[in-house]
Amino acid sequence: MKYFKTIFNIVEKDIILELKAKEVINSMLIFALLVVIVFSFIFEPGADYKIDIAAGILWMAIIFSGILGLNKSMMNEVNGGNLTALLLAPIDRSAIFFGKTFSNFVFLLFMELITIPIYTIFYDISLLNNFIYNLITLLLGTYGFSLLGTLFSIISVKSRTREVMLPILLLPLIIPLILAAIQAMNIFIKGEDIVESYKWLHLLTAFDIIFTVVIYLIFEYVIEE
Amino acid sequence: MSSFISIENLRKKYGENEALKGVTFSLEEGDFLSVFGPNGAGKTTLLKLLSAQTRPTSGFIKYNDKRIDELTDDFRSKFGVISHQPFLYENLPAVENLKFYGKLYDIKNLEDRIKEVLELVELYNRRKDLVRNYSRGMLQRLSIARALIHNPDIIFLDEPYTGLDQHASNILTNILKSLFKDKKTIIMVTHNLMKGYELSSKLAIIKNGNLKFFRNKNEVEDFEFEDIYLSIISEEQ
Repeated sequence: MKYFKTIFNIVEKDIILELKAKEVINSMLIFALLVVIVFSFIFEPGADYKIDIAAGILWMAIIFSGILGLNKSMMNEVNGGNLTALLLAPIDRSAIFFGKTFSNFVFLLFMELITIPIYTIFYDISLLNNFIYNLITLLLGTYGFSLLGTLFSIISVKSRTREVMLPILLLPLIIPLILAAIQAMNIFIKGEDIVESYKWLHLLTAFDIIFTVVIYLIFEYVIEE
Repeated sequence: MSSFISIENLRKKYGENEALKGVTFSLEEGDFLSVFGPNGAGKTTLLKLLSAQTRPTSGFIKYNDKRIDELTDDFRSKFGVISHQPFLYENLPAVENLKFYGKLYDIKNLEDRIKEVLELVELYNRRKDLVRNYSRGMLQRLSIARALIHNPDIIFLDEPYTGLDQHASNILTNILKSLFKDKKTIIMVTHNLMKGYELSSKLAIIKNGNLKFFRNKNEVEDFEFEDIYLSIISEEQ
């Protein structure tokens, strides 16, 4: 119970901090909207082929703006030595990690909530068809990205080249997640047979479960080193 | 009789650099140890090891005869750390910072305790101000409030007087005297020989990762101590 209370306390603190500073969501949102809008100009009006790559553009917007947000979110912990103070607290250290992961997850979802309606207008696409499946894909993909993104932002944040270091460490490892999320959403957007998407949803689920368990087990050692 | 804190042959390596080279000493409950030494001597590393922020390369630390790596997470609630860094969120008001840390330490009657510690460091009237608007002295006072909010039994201080104005320095001195009187165990790393000598019950000097001097204060006169320190520091390797 204390474990979940700690996670809640960290998420609550991050939300209060974000309401005061407005640093993480603002930077993510501006970047995501820029990606969505700028890429929309590469299509000729009424072009049919855009439906094939629209899901990829949405996920690129989420991933790259997310990397920006992860760096900013973790800087709040490093500035002033707060991460050290969290490690000194009488709490399970993996709860600190999952607290930060869920904070980042909430911020990413908020960014997606604003970006996606604008995306659907610019690309003339509806995510309301197969809405539940699209939602599940977004939730699974965003959680997996928050999970590994938070881990690598903790590792890279003290480096002087953290803006470069985070994508270098993170992107190769989340290729399966990006691939599965894009393929699944392509199926939903194009209105293809839902059964075809199951293998990608299974991959997303397996990715999230495996990394949740692995990070829970190793975080204490990762953070000390 | 077993010691409250005992350290035996403690070593810590960062890559090829050996920050501590086999330090051994012990403290009783209620001791106030001041640790002196030049920059890079290994003082901060010693504090990090004692407060379980990092693991030793070899050797061990025991609290009440129990090794630090065998202690539960809850044991860390006995530690209060005041460092160079404030351990505060600059975009949160003082009271929100204390509330957050108070919740992590599961403090009962948190609102009352926050009021108590803020009054102790004379910041209660500024409790709603964002921390980023605080001066260096106010920041350090708030950092003291944060470190003491859970009423720790063992307090670690790393250069706590650095950058403090006279008012903040007096507040810190009074708090440390009161904690010592309350039988709290205190370990303070400092460059300030006079202040360290005045407050402590035990004195230690570390140089190049080695413990060169460790005595009860009553075995050393204040006028002698500065000479002892200078002769140790100027010794050839």
